[in-house]
Amino acid sequence: MPSAATVLEMKGITKEFYGNPVLKRVNLDVKQGEIHGLVGENGAGKTTLMNILFGMPVIHETGGFSGQIVFDGKEFLPREPRQAMTAGIGMVHQEFMLIPGFSVTENIKLNREITKQNLLSKLFSRKLETLDMTTMAAHSRKAIDALDFEGIDEWASVAGMPVGHKQFVEIAREIDKENVRLLVFDEPTAVLTESEAAILLDALKRLALRGIGILFISHRLDEVLAICDRVTVLRDGEVVAERKAGETTVIELAELMVGRKMDGLRSLDGPKLLEAGEDVLVVENLIVNMPGERVKGVSFTVKRGEILGIGGLAGHGKLGIANGIMGLQPASGSVRFMGREIRLNDPVSALRAGLAFVSEDRRNIGVLLDETLEDNLVLTAVQVHGRFLRKAGPFTMRDAGSIWRHALETIKEFDIRTTGPKQVVRRLSGGNQQKVCIARAISLDPKLLLVSEPTRGIDVGAKQKVLEILYRLNREKGLTIIMTSSELGELRRICHRIIIMYDGKIAGILPPDASDAEFGLAMSGERSTERSGKHEATH
Amino acid sequence: MKSWRKIQEPLRISPIPLVFGILCLFGVAVSGKSLSFLLQEVVTRLARNSILVLSLLVPISAGLGLNFSMVLGAMAGQTGIIVMTHLKVPGMLGLLGAFIVSLPIAIVLGFVAGNIMNRAKGREMIAGMMLGFFMNGVYQLVFLFMVGTVIPMKNPDLMLPQGFGLRNTVELKYMKYALDNLLTVSLSGLVIPVATFALIGLLCLGLNRLYKTKLGQDFRAVGQDMHVASVAGIDVNKTRLSAVVIATVLASLGQLVFLQNIGTLNTYNSHEQVATFAIASLLLGGATVTRATVGQALAGTLLFHLLFIVSPYAGQSLMGSPQVGEYFRVFVAYGIIAGALVVHAWEAHRRVLSAAKRGLLDGETSRTR
Repeated sequence: MPSAATVLEMKGITKEFYGNPVLKRVNLDVKQGEIHGLVGENGAGKTTLMNILFGMPVIHETGGFSGQIVFDGKEFLPREPRQAMTAGIGMVHQEFMLIPGFSVTENIKLNREITKQNLLSKLFSRKLETLDMTTMAAHSRKAIDALDFEGIDEWASVAGMPVGHKQFVEIAREIDKENVRLLVFDEPTAVLTESEAAILLDALKRLALRGIGILFISHRLDEVLAICDRVTVLRDGEVVAERKAGETTVIELAELMVGRKMDGLRSLDGPKLLEAGEDVLVVENLIVNMPGERVKGVSFTVKRGEILGIGGLAGHGKLGIANGIMGLQPASGSVRFMGREIRLNDPVSALRAGLAFVSEDRRNIGVLLDETLEDNLVLTAVQVHGRFLRKAGPFTMRDAGSIWRHALETIKEFDIRTTGPKQVVRRLSGGNQQKVCIARAISLDPKLLLVSEPTRGIDVGAKQKVLEILYRLNREKGLTIIMTSSELGELRRICHRIIIMYDGKIAGILPPDASDAEFGLAMSGERSTERSGKHEATH
Repeated sequence: MKSWRKIQEPLRISPIPLVFGILCLFGVAVSGKSLSFLLQEVVTRLARNSILVLSLLVPISAGLGLNFSMVLGAMAGQTGIIVMTHLKVPGMLGLLGAFIVSLPIAIVLGFVAGNIMNRAKGREMIAGMMLGFFMNGVYQLVFLFMVGTVIPMKNPDLMLPQGFGLRNTVELKYMKYALDNLLTVSLSGLVIPVATFALIGLLCLGLNRLYKTKLGQDFRAVGQDMHVASVAGIDVNKTRLSAVVIATVLASLGQLVFLQNIGTLNTYNSHEQVATFAIASLLLGGATVTRATVGQALAGTLLFHLLFIVSPYAGQSLMGSPQVGEYFRVFVAYGIIAGALVVHAWEAHRRVLSAAKRGLLDGETSRTR
């Protein structure tokens, strides 16, 4: 629709966090009545872009952004979410922004309550005006009906509602705002059943017909193509493509999103294919309830001496697998390591069995930021295996000498750039912190190492170093590794086999030299049934 | 699943008041005291303490938990009483004057407490308790040393013979029963202070009205989920601040009503136990750290004070020593608070676990349906 007026235009948006660029001259525009898809991997910058649009405090606390936003023909510089709301931008959040103890009406009208004056409110403050529940309920009913979704009672309490209903309440709240001109949907179908998703997509189309511009963020590319007019693809903070929905395919989008990110990395020896080694880890029907990374029943095996990669788009459960195996997220199913059953939901059991984990959440659970380098290195080994300790009569003491020696060796081996073993880890760069994490896991002498997102948030040089370390540990020391990463490129460089996750299930197990198209298909779930069926047949 | 919840719900609410109700009945039976005596005592204490207990409701609804900082309000009320006693203003006029004096003090103290609690989100209760201890020090500094030295004041009735500092106990001869005796009704020997109960009734009505206003809705929204409330554009800190200010003002009013009934001011002690007893009363009524109603406040006050009255007599007739009953009562008062806090922590933990489990089920079923 070239004739329709442009509702939102974001021009040359650039944003850095602590010198780390996350958005580079991003352009995006949404027209009246248009559904505009925004796709990209986790970390591509979608969230930051939306935070800028909504004037979230986090943006201004970290030095603001550069570029220009034009909303409804006027320059728009939101400094707090309220400004975006009054201007007419609505947001349907990924996680529910509902108050459980409130009724549907109370939630839809939250902070936009309709009130009547009374004596006290005239005397003191408008805050003391009485709520007009009847009118509020009538408005809510109208908003819900506009969505054409049956089964939501405007008086019902939100607590205990099915997730799909909650999502519709949330949308009803946004469209109840009279002046709304633009609605942002952040992965609205992630929590819905298929039939609910279909109703939602219909509702979106109807909203667009009313002239509201819609920005639709989703990892489900088929949905994006089904309802959007145009699609913008973000990768590494840059717009890599803008396509008309009719002129592209799921495969092309997936390829654009993933890309071959080899930039600046030296290539390592191509992975040698293993002869059939014995299965060391056997995972059967693993279900992990990790918020946002749910695993819905996967079975696979890991062979001795291989690097098994786990990839897939964000939200499809790739991070859940390692967290489930290590007992850090509620899980069920069976995990056997070298013939021994590992108790789920019990990290100590996994550690004792000889597994070690480098978490994707480096700053929160990966390192103790305010402890010294040497303490960080030996902490888990001391706790789990009782190493680096010495007996002094009835007391057990830290063996300062051996800890110091171990730290010096590790610093050399992993090339950690530090002033010495006594340096506080907070002062190290992200890449060096990551090396500390891996080194600590290695100091457990693990038989199997699980690493998640080892290169997230670190610079190219450090990425290379980290990959080399993993590669060396595997090829020289024969360490078996499960590596989870959103960067397909790095998985393809050092892994022997790569599992691609889609919607909590295995969409395919591919060799690293499979084509981009094959990876694209698996990541977009186009081939999930046949591949996982075949996979299960082999075991 | 649903019908099971329906059966469970009333049972889950009632055990505490039920158990203590039975305990009270038992105490009444063994105390050997006449029903009319007990009834008079209960009526008196209900009139005396209800407002203090009611003052706790607003912070609970705003998610601040049990307001241990109500001690600050009590101090404000006492300051008003001291000023009016010094000025020798008699009766209701004195009481009104005391309220007018204490109002700005309570507002300022509530402001301080609210700001501190906004900086200690999630730890409001312990922060409020510590703040109470701290302000107690300030209070002592003012009334033990500054009165008569920095603050020029001469009044041998109120002050220590050394010339500065207030006496330990101050007789409230001008204000005693000022409100209680404004209007009383005698029902076959039972004296009911109607004016006081009218004030309590007004307050209950006001609180119920408050929850139907925009401000009340904000309290509840903030109390349930600060994050969602702030995203919806509610000023969370300001809302919490108003809750604490309202609570502090009500607590100062409550302390005035309490003191006019007692008739003497224990200058340095009267406020100390206010929070403990009021909170124990509320919890006895079946309230929790996150949910409390006017009915629970009144029922709890009744039960707590009935237990208060009968325990020494029950101890006397059962064990031959009123001290045993007293021990039991003190044990109960503090035990209830500790128990409620433990249950609160435990339920919060359980909520997280069950949410995780529920999520797991959703995840399994959502795509297979």
